[in-house]
Amino acid sequence: MEMGRPNVEVLADTLLEIGQNRRDVLVVTGDSRGSGKLIPFGEHLPEQIVEVGIAEQNLVGISAGLASTGKKVFAVSPASFLTTRAFEQIKNDVAYSDIPVKLIGISAGVSYGALGSTHHSLHDFAALRAVDNIHIVVPADNFEARKAIESAVNYPHPIYIRFGKNSLPHLHDLDTEFKIGKAIVLKKGADVTFIATGETVFRAVKACNLLEAQGLSCGVISMHTLKPLDIEAIINIARETKAIITIEEHSVNGGLGSACASLLLQEGMHNLFRIVGIPDEYIVNGSQEEVFEYYGITPEGLAQSAQDLIRNVI
Amino acid sequence: MAFQNAQLTIPELEKKSIQYRKKILTLIKRVKAGHTGGDLSCIDILNVLYNHILNVSPATISDPLRDRYIHSKGHSAEALFIVLGDLGFFPIEDLETLNHFNSHYIGHPTRKVNGVEHNTGALGHGLPVSVGIALAGKKDNFPYRVFTLLGDGELEEGSNWEASMCAAHYGLDNLIVIIDRNTLQITGRTDKVSSLAPLKDKFQAFGYAVREVDGNNIRKLVEIFEQLPFEKGKPNLILARTIKGKGVSFIEDQANWHHHVPSDDEFTAAMAELKIAEDNWRVQYGNG
Repeated sequence: MEMGRPNVEVLADTLLEIGQNRRDVLVVTGDSRGSGKLIPFGEHLPEQIVEVGIAEQNLVGISAGLASTGKKVFAVSPASFLTTRAFEQIKNDVAYSDIPVKLIGISAGVSYGALGSTHHSLHDFAALRAVDNIHIVVPADNFEARKAIESAVNYPHPIYIRFGKNSLPHLHDLDTEFKIGKAIVLKKGADVTFIATGETVFRAVKACNLLEAQGLSCGVISMHTLKPLDIEAIINIARETKAIITIEEHSVNGGLGSACASLLLQEGMHNLFRIVGIPDEYIVNGSQEEVFEYYGITPEGLAQSAQDLIRNVI
Repeated sequence: MAFQNAQLTIPELEKKSIQYRKKILTLIKRVKAGHTGGDLSCIDILNVLYNHILNVSPATISDPLRDRYIHSKGHSAEALFIVLGDLGFFPIEDLETLNHFNSHYIGHPTRKVNGVEHNTGALGHGLPVSVGIALAGKKDNFPYRVFTLLGDGELEEGSNWEASMCAAHYGLDNLIVIIDRNTLQITGRTDKVSSLAPLKDKFQAFGYAVREVDGNNIRKLVEIFEQLPFEKGKPNLILARTIKGKGVSFIEDQANWHHHVPSDDEFTAAMAELKIAEDNWRVQYGNG
């Protein structure tokens, strides 16, 4: 896989391109323009960036006020602070009031590495999945990141888009269809299919290659939209594959895996099934790569999980 | 865009306030729920805003240039609904469904109700949203103003102070923050719960142009609102000294009337007091 850039850089470039053509596009930051790679945006479009200080409640409330006048508002803040500190503002001032703010969670998951749990967002899917009227998108590569931002500009619903810090390999051709709410099937397989999201997707692709070398038929889906969930895609995959493994940079509670399990069980689908994510425990410290290694979110670890699941040894 | 509502005179406004108080109590009595004390404390402010100051009406509620009003102390919903219904934002009979299953008229304002600009209820939300709307107005060079009403107990929420720093930072003189300073919250005196004083000094230190006013005096309210903006480049703050439960002697300044519903006897006595207020109004102004 050819290496690309961190999704957050694509976010910044895409916003600058769009902002130069649309004066109604505003970026709101809470002392986060540096980590959001938005310094060039601020230099080129000073009238279109609003700094609110280290004050996430304020960030979301002000963004809701700006957006209520018709502005296209991207509220950019580290995912952990955005979705935890400002949770009530997201619930009331954005979702409940039905104001289509674009909430951009950066440095998400464990991308802050050894800075620890204060800076990790392993709860954001669970928290926001329980809030009515907000959609959740997690791009897996630079293509999905660009498409997600472009789609968000005129998106009529409140939306949360999640970005990590690390460089990601390219997964898609540039003519791939990207639609919020529509999963992208990267590959189909009869034995096992990974349903992955965000920065775990390329690891699933590599795991798939390992499994195929071991003689298994393996599939991968980029489930870039967690809400609304692409029910049709998941049911189709469940019909065509024996085992399903979900993968996410999130707690195993309340995220992609929970969403898929809930759907499949209620649809009467009884595939072999496993949720891979961060377990419910005091999290180990380390870089994203080290944390992933520890919890088996690596090509080798995921391949092993698939083998174990298929052999029913778990 | 012209002012679409008939701009009431001070005597007319004073009469309206008595009528609104009767309607609020009647509504709360009928649905057996409501925030009686806070409704009566802020109704004079809402009356003056909607019938004399705000450049908004049912015909202009979607106009990008309209003045905005954000009801941050959302629990005083009955007061807002009575005023909006009176002005024709919706048929006043709609309030018959208040708190009914699947009604849009519930115990806090939502945008499902015509005229309501933002869903409120949780405290400390109206000011940041108002700062955002005011900032958008500055960016677009639109002449509208953004008014928001906060309870004094609500000031214990830290988000208000975050938003205040921003309001001053961006010089939002199109923002008008009104504090319903009735000195009571559900537990008791605000200063017994958490020390708010000295509020005027605090707001001045945060960069507001501050004015104090008797928030239950129609004439004084009109005078203060007509002085807006107070200082170029500063957000405006009106510390409106009010009496919780104002207008009915035995409801006034009583923490236990925060959301107390009048009994039959209390209701009769309250309406009798308001009838006397109306009679006094006639003596003063004739049958106007």
